[in-house]
Amino acid sequence: MNKMIRFIPLVLFVALGVVLYRGLSLNPQAVPSALVNKPIPDFALTQLLKPEVTLTAADLKGDIVLLNVWGTWCVYCKYEHPYLVDIAKSDRVSLYGLNYKDVREDAKQWLKDYEDPYVFSIFDPLGKLGIELGVTAAPETFVIDAKGIVRMKHVGPIDSKVWQERFLPMIELLEKEQGVAR
Amino acid sequence: MKILSSLLALTIGVTLIVLSQAAQSADTYVFDDPVTETRYKALVKELRCPKCQNQNLADSNAPIAKDLRREVYQLLQEGKADKEIVDFMVDRYGEFVLYRPKVSSLTYVLWFGPLVLLVIGIIVMILIVRNKPTIDRSAKLSTQQKSKLDQILKDK
Repeated sequence: MNKMIRFIPLVLFVALGVVLYRGLSLNPQAVPSALVNKPIPDFALTQLLKPEVTLTAADLKGDIVLLNVWGTWCVYCKYEHPYLVDIAKSDRVSLYGLNYKDVREDAKQWLKDYEDPYVFSIFDPLGKLGIELGVTAAPETFVIDAKGIVRMKHVGPIDSKVWQERFLPMIELLEKEQGVAR
Repeated sequence: MKILSSLLALTIGVTLIVLSQAAQSADTYVFDDPVTETRYKALVKELRCPKCQNQNLADSNAPIAKDLRREVYQLLQEGKADKEIVDFMVDRYGEFVLYRPKVSSLTYVLWFGPLVLLVIGIIVMILIVRNKPTIDRSAKLSTQQKSKLDQILKDK
Protein backbone atom coordinates (compact mmCIF):
# COMPACT_ATOMS: atom_id res chain seq x y z
CA MET A 1 0.00 0.00 0.00
CA ASN A 2 2.73 2.40 1.04
CA LYS A 3 4.71 1.60 -2.10
CA MET A 4 1.73 2.45 -4.28
CA ILE A 5 1.47 5.89 -2.67
CA ARG A 6 4.97 6.69 -3.86
CA PHE A 7 3.83 6.49 -7.45
CA ILE A 8 0.96 8.95 -7.03
CA PRO A 9 3.12 12.02 -7.83
CA LEU A 10 4.40 10.30 -10.96
CA VAL A 11 0.86 9.41 -12.06
CA LEU A 12 -0.33 12.97 -11.39
CA PHE A 13 2.66 14.37 -13.27
CA VAL A 14 2.03 12.17 -16.31
CA ALA A 15 -1.71 12.99 -16.27
CA LEU A 16 -1.02 16.72 -16.09
CA GLY A 17 1.54 16.36 -18.86
CA VAL A 18 -0.97 14.63 -21.12
CA VAL A 19 -3.61 17.30 -20.47
CA LEU A 20 -1.21 20.17 -21.12
CA TYR A 21 0.25 18.50 -24.21
CA ARG A 22 -3.21 18.02 -25.68
CA GLY A 23 -3.95 21.65 -24.92
CA LEU A 24 -0.94 22.69 -26.97
CA SER A 25 -2.17 20.80 -30.01
CA LEU A 26 -5.59 22.51 -30.00
CA ASN A 27 -6.26 25.21 -32.55
CA PRO A 28 -6.95 28.43 -30.63
CA GLN A 29 -8.82 29.88 -33.61
CA ALA A 30 -11.39 27.09 -33.49
CA VAL A 31 -13.64 28.75 -30.96
CA PRO A 32 -16.96 26.93 -30.71
CA SER A 33 -19.66 29.16 -32.10
CA ALA A 34 -22.35 30.27 -29.67
CA LEU A 35 -24.79 30.28 -32.58
CA VAL A 36 -24.66 26.59 -33.47
CA ASN A 37 -28.10 24.96 -33.13
CA LYS A 38 -29.74 28.35 -32.82
CA PRO A 39 -31.84 30.10 -35.47
CA ILE A 40 -30.20 32.72 -37.62
CA PRO A 41 -30.71 36.11 -35.94
CA ASP A 42 -33.14 38.49 -37.57
CA PHE A 43 -31.81 41.45 -39.54
CA ALA A 44 -32.83 43.99 -42.16
CA LEU A 45 -30.02 44.91 -44.53
CA THR A 46 -29.83 45.80 -48.20
CA GLN A 47 -28.66 43.58 -50.98
CA LEU A 48 -25.17 44.41 -52.17
CA LEU A 49 -25.96 44.65 -55.87
CA LYS A 50 -29.48 46.03 -55.40
CA PRO A 51 -29.53 48.68 -52.65
CA GLU A 52 -33.30 49.03 -53.02
CA VAL A 53 -33.89 45.41 -51.94
CA THR A 54 -34.04 44.79 -48.18
CA LEU A 55 -33.16 41.31 -47.01
CA THR A 56 -34.23 39.60 -43.79
CA ALA A 57 -33.51 36.28 -42.10
CA ALA A 58 -36.47 34.78 -44.02
CA ASP A 59 -34.51 35.19 -47.26
CA LEU A 60 -31.90 32.75 -46.00
CA LYS A 61 -34.37 29.94 -45.34
CA GLY A 62 -35.21 27.16 -47.70
CA ASP A 63 -32.62 24.66 -48.77
CA ILE A 64 -29.26 23.90 -47.29
CA VAL A 65 -27.66 27.31 -47.11
CA LEU A 66 -24.03 28.36 -46.95
CA LEU A 67 -23.54 31.90 -45.74
CA ASN A 68 -20.04 33.08 -46.57
CA VAL A 69 -18.64 36.16 -44.84
CA TRP A 70 -16.33 38.06 -47.17
CA GLY A 71 -14.80 41.45 -47.88
CA THR A 72 -12.54 42.98 -50.48
CA TRP A 73 -10.06 43.83 -47.71
CA CYS A 74 -9.69 40.18 -46.76
CA VAL A 75 -6.73 38.31 -48.23
CA TYR A 76 -7.99 34.79 -47.63
CA CYS A 77 -11.30 35.62 -49.32
CA LYS A 78 -9.39 35.84 -52.58
CA TYR A 79 -7.76 32.50 -51.84
CA GLU A 80 -11.05 30.70 -51.23
CA HIS A 81 -12.89 32.39 -54.09
CA PRO A 82 -12.28 29.70 -56.78
CA TYR A 83 -13.55 27.05 -54.37
CA LEU A 84 -16.70 29.09 -53.77
CA VAL A 85 -17.27 29.27 -57.52
CA ASP A 86 -17.00 25.47 -57.67
CA ILE A 87 -19.43 25.11 -54.78
CA ALA A 88 -21.93 27.42 -56.47
CA LYS A 89 -21.70 25.39 -59.68
CA SER A 90 -22.25 22.10 -57.89
CA ASP A 91 -25.85 23.18 -57.12
CA ARG A 92 -25.89 21.14 -53.95
CA VAL A 93 -26.31 24.12 -51.65
CA SER A 94 -27.44 27.73 -51.93
CA LEU A 95 -24.46 29.99 -51.46
CA TYR A 96 -25.15 33.44 -50.05
CA GLY A 97 -22.59 36.10 -49.25
CA LEU A 98 -22.32 38.46 -46.33
CA ASN A 99 -20.26 41.39 -47.48
CA TYR A 100 -18.70 42.38 -44.17
CA LYS A 101 -17.40 45.87 -43.31
CA ASP A 102 -16.80 46.88 -46.87
CA VAL A 103 -17.45 49.72 -49.29
CA ARG A 104 -20.34 48.96 -51.64
CA GLU A 105 -18.58 50.15 -54.79
CA ASP A 106 -15.40 48.20 -53.97
CA ALA A 107 -17.38 45.04 -53.33
CA LYS A 108 -19.35 45.41 -56.56
CA GLN A 109 -16.13 45.87 -58.49
CA TRP A 110 -14.66 42.79 -56.81
CA LEU A 111 -17.58 40.66 -57.96
CA LYS A 112 -17.20 42.08 -61.45
CA ASP A 113 -13.44 41.44 -61.59
CA TYR A 114 -13.78 37.89 -60.33
CA GLU A 115 -16.81 35.70 -60.72
CA ASP A 116 -19.85 36.23 -58.50
CA PRO A 117 -20.54 32.85 -56.90
CA TYR A 118 -23.35 34.12 -54.66
CA VAL A 119 -27.10 33.98 -55.22
CA PHE A 120 -26.95 37.37 -53.52
CA SER A 121 -24.76 39.14 -50.97
CA ILE A 122 -26.03 40.92 -47.89
CA PHE A 123 -24.39 44.32 -47.47
CA ASP A 124 -23.25 44.83 -43.87
CA PRO A 125 -20.93 47.87 -43.88
CA LEU A 126 -20.90 48.37 -40.10
CA GLY A 127 -20.60 44.70 -39.23
CA LYS A 128 -23.87 44.79 -37.27
CA LEU A 129 -25.11 41.43 -38.53
CA GLY A 130 -21.55 40.23 -38.11
CA ILE A 131 -21.76 40.89 -34.37
CA GLU A 132 -25.16 39.16 -34.20
CA LEU A 133 -23.61 36.14 -35.89
CA GLY A 134 -20.50 36.19 -33.68
CA VAL A 135 -18.22 36.87 -36.65
CA THR A 136 -14.67 37.76 -35.66
CA ALA A 137 -13.18 38.35 -39.11
CA ALA A 138 -13.52 37.18 -42.69
CA PRO A 139 -13.69 34.63 -44.16
CA GLU A 140 -16.13 32.63 -42.11
CA THR A 141 -18.81 30.33 -43.41
CA PHE A 142 -22.04 29.20 -41.75
CA VAL A 143 -24.04 26.14 -42.70
CA ILE A 144 -27.76 26.72 -42.16
CA ASP A 145 -30.36 23.98 -42.45
CA ALA A 146 -33.78 24.14 -44.12
CA LYS A 147 -35.40 25.39 -40.93
CA GLY A 148 -33.02 28.32 -40.66
CA ILE A 149 -31.00 26.79 -37.82
CA VAL A 150 -27.25 27.36 -37.86
CA ARG A 151 -25.63 23.93 -37.82
CA MET A 152 -21.97 24.65 -38.32
CA LYS A 153 -19.53 27.53 -38.46
CA HIS A 154 -16.17 27.40 -40.14
CA VAL A 155 -13.55 30.05 -39.40
CA GLY A 156 -11.01 30.61 -42.14
CA PRO A 157 -10.96 29.96 -45.86
CA ILE A 158 -12.58 26.99 -47.58
CA ASP A 159 -10.38 24.81 -49.77
CA SER A 160 -10.75 21.26 -51.01
CA LYS A 161 -9.38 19.75 -47.79
CA VAL A 162 -11.70 21.79 -45.56
CA TRP A 163 -14.58 21.04 -47.89
CA GLN A 164 -13.97 17.28 -47.72
CA GLU A 165 -13.34 17.14 -44.00
CA ARG A 166 -15.79 19.62 -42.56
CA PHE A 167 -18.49 20.64 -45.02
CA LEU A 168 -19.30 17.44 -46.92
CA PRO A 169 -20.11 15.37 -43.82
CA MET A 170 -22.42 18.12 -42.54
CA ILE A 171 -24.11 18.56 -45.92
CA GLU A 172 -24.62 14.82 -46.26
CA LEU A 173 -26.18 14.77 -42.80
CA LEU A 174 -28.54 17.62 -43.72
CA GLU A 175 -29.49 15.93 -47.00
CA LYS A 176 -30.33 12.79 -45.07
CA GLU A 177 -32.45 14.75 -42.60
CA GLN A 178 -34.34 16.40 -45.44
CA GLY A 179 -34.89 13.06 -47.12
CA VAL A 180 -36.46 11.73 -43.92
CA ALA A 181 -38.62 14.83 -43.54
CA ARG A 182 -39.99 14.58 -47.06
CA MET B 1 29.11 64.23 -28.00
CA LYS B 2 27.22 65.73 -30.88
CA ILE B 3 26.33 62.26 -32.18
CA LEU B 4 25.09 61.32 -28.74
CA SER B 5 22.79 64.31 -28.46
CA SER B 6 21.37 63.81 -31.95
CA LEU B 7 20.80 60.14 -31.12
CA LEU B 8 18.94 61.21 -28.00
CA ALA B 9 16.83 63.63 -30.02
CA LEU B 10 16.04 60.86 -32.51
CA THR B 11 15.01 58.47 -29.74
CA ILE B 12 12.72 61.05 -28.19
CA GLY B 13 11.23 61.83 -31.60
CA VAL B 14 10.51 58.17 -32.40
CA THR B 15 9.02 57.63 -28.94
CA LEU B 16 6.71 60.59 -29.41
CA ILE B 17 5.53 59.31 -32.79
CA VAL B 18 4.87 55.84 -31.39
CA LEU B 19 3.02 57.29 -28.41
CA SER B 20 0.86 59.54 -30.56
CA GLN B 21 -0.08 56.57 -32.74
CA ALA B 22 -0.94 54.53 -29.69
CA ALA B 23 -3.15 57.34 -28.52
CA GLN B 24 -4.86 57.50 -31.91
CA SER B 25 -5.84 53.84 -31.85
CA ALA B 26 -7.87 54.33 -28.67
CA ASP B 27 -11.37 55.48 -29.47
CA THR B 28 -12.76 58.47 -27.69
CA TYR B 29 -16.24 58.00 -26.32
CA VAL B 30 -17.99 60.73 -24.44
CA PHE B 31 -19.84 59.74 -21.29
CA ASP B 32 -22.56 61.68 -19.52
CA ASP B 33 -21.32 60.70 -16.09
CA PRO B 34 -18.14 59.25 -14.59
CA VAL B 35 -19.98 56.17 -13.28
CA THR B 36 -20.85 54.99 -16.79
CA GLU B 37 -17.30 55.67 -17.89
CA THR B 38 -15.96 53.52 -15.04
CA ARG B 39 -18.41 50.76 -15.97
CA TYR B 40 -17.32 51.00 -19.62
CA LYS B 41 -13.66 50.71 -18.66
CA ALA B 42 -14.35 47.74 -16.40
CA LEU B 43 -16.39 45.95 -19.10
CA VAL B 44 -13.83 46.32 -21.88
CA LYS B 45 -11.19 45.04 -19.48
CA GLU B 46 -13.28 42.04 -18.50
CA LEU B 47 -14.26 41.01 -22.02
CA ARG B 48 -11.83 39.12 -24.20
CA CYS B 49 -11.23 39.99 -27.83
CA PRO B 50 -12.54 37.00 -29.85
CA LYS B 51 -9.93 37.49 -32.58
CA CYS B 52 -6.68 38.25 -30.78
CA GLN B 53 -7.29 35.94 -27.92
CA ASN B 54 -4.72 37.01 -25.40
CA GLN B 55 -5.97 40.57 -25.20
CA ASN B 56 -9.06 42.14 -23.76
CA LEU B 57 -11.24 44.53 -25.71
CA ALA B 58 -9.51 47.53 -24.17
CA ASP B 59 -6.02 46.52 -25.29
CA SER B 60 -6.77 45.10 -28.71
CA ASN B 61 -6.43 46.94 -32.00
CA ALA B 62 -8.31 44.29 -34.00
CA PRO B 63 -11.26 45.68 -36.00
CA ILE B 64 -13.66 43.36 -34.19
CA ALA B 65 -12.45 44.65 -30.81
CA LYS B 66 -13.16 48.17 -31.98
CA ASP B 67 -16.65 47.16 -33.09
CA LEU B 68 -17.34 45.43 -29.81
CA ARG B 69 -16.14 48.46 -27.83
CA ARG B 70 -18.60 50.55 -29.80
CA GLU B 71 -21.27 47.96 -29.07
CA VAL B 72 -20.51 48.09 -25.33
CA TYR B 73 -20.68 51.89 -25.46
CA GLN B 74 -24.02 51.84 -27.28
CA LEU B 75 -25.50 49.27 -24.91
CA LEU B 76 -24.41 51.44 -21.98
CA GLN B 77 -26.05 54.46 -23.60
CA GLU B 78 -29.24 52.42 -23.96
CA GLY B 79 -29.15 51.97 -20.19
CA LYS B 80 -28.38 48.26 -20.19
CA ALA B 81 -27.05 46.68 -16.99
CA ASP B 82 -23.53 45.22 -16.88
CA LYS B 83 -24.93 41.69 -16.71
CA GLU B 84 -27.11 42.30 -19.77
CA ILE B 85 -24.10 43.51 -21.73
CA VAL B 86 -21.99 40.52 -20.70
CA ASP B 87 -24.87 38.18 -21.61
CA PHE B 88 -25.19 39.93 -24.98
CA MET B 89 -21.55 39.11 -25.72
CA VAL B 90 -21.77 35.54 -24.42
CA ASP B 91 -24.87 34.92 -26.59
CA ARG B 92 -22.89 35.87 -29.68
CA TYR B 93 -19.31 34.87 -28.96
CA GLY B 94 -19.74 32.19 -26.32
CA GLU B 95 -18.31 31.88 -22.82
CA PHE B 96 -14.98 32.35 -24.50
CA VAL B 97 -15.28 36.15 -24.35
CA LEU B 98 -15.15 36.10 -20.57
CA TYR B 99 -11.76 36.38 -18.97
CA ARG B 100 -13.43 35.20 -15.77
CA PRO B 101 -15.52 32.21 -16.87
CA LYS B 102 -18.82 31.54 -15.13
CA VAL B 103 -18.96 28.74 -12.56
CA SER B 104 -20.60 25.80 -14.33
CA SER B 105 -20.07 22.05 -14.57
CA LEU B 106 -17.67 22.76 -17.46
CA THR B 107 -15.49 25.11 -15.44
CA TYR B 108 -15.49 23.38 -12.03
CA VAL B 109 -11.95 22.10 -12.63
CA LEU B 110 -10.83 25.61 -13.52
CA TRP B 111 -12.38 27.20 -10.47
CA PHE B 112 -11.81 24.55 -7.85
CA GLY B 113 -8.87 22.57 -9.26
CA PRO B 114 -6.17 24.73 -7.67
CA LEU B 115 -7.96 24.61 -4.30
CA VAL B 116 -8.24 20.81 -4.49
CA LEU B 117 -4.53 20.56 -5.35
CA LEU B 118 -3.68 22.81 -2.40
CA VAL B 119 -5.72 20.66 0.00
CA ILE B 120 -4.06 17.49 -1.35
CA GLY B 121 -0.67 19.12 -0.90
CA ILE B 122 -1.43 20.06 2.71
CA ILE B 123 -2.67 16.53 3.48
CA VAL B 124 0.46 14.99 1.95
CA MET B 125 2.65 17.38 3.91
CA ILE B 126 0.92 16.54 7.20
CA LEU B 127 1.30 12.81 6.48
CA ILE B 128 4.99 13.17 5.72
CA VAL B 129 5.68 15.24 8.82
CA ARG B 130 3.78 12.80 11.03
CA ASN B 131 5.49 9.71 9.67
CA LYS B 132 8.96 11.17 10.11
CA PRO B 133 10.78 9.22 12.84
CA THR B 134 11.28 11.49 15.82
CA ILE B 135 14.85 11.99 17.02
CA ASP B 136 15.57 10.28 20.29
CA ARG B 137 17.16 13.14 22.21
CA SER B 138 17.81 11.01 25.27
CA ALA B 139 20.29 8.84 23.40
CA LYS B 140 23.75 9.05 24.93
CA LEU B 141 27.02 8.74 23.11
CA SER B 142 29.14 5.79 23.88
CA THR B 143 32.63 6.43 25.36
CA GLN B 144 34.19 5.57 22.07
CA GLN B 145 31.96 8.01 20.16
CA LYS B 146 32.63 10.69 22.73
CA SER B 147 36.40 10.48 22.43
CA LYS B 148 36.09 10.54 18.66
CA LEU B 149 33.95 13.67 18.84
CA ASP B 150 36.42 15.32 21.20
CA GLN B 151 39.19 14.48 18.75
CA ILE B 152 37.34 16.10 15.87
CA LEU B 153 36.55 19.25 17.84
CA LYS B 154 40.15 19.56 18.97
CA ASP B 155 41.43 19.32 15.39
CA LYS B 156 39.29 22.26 14.46
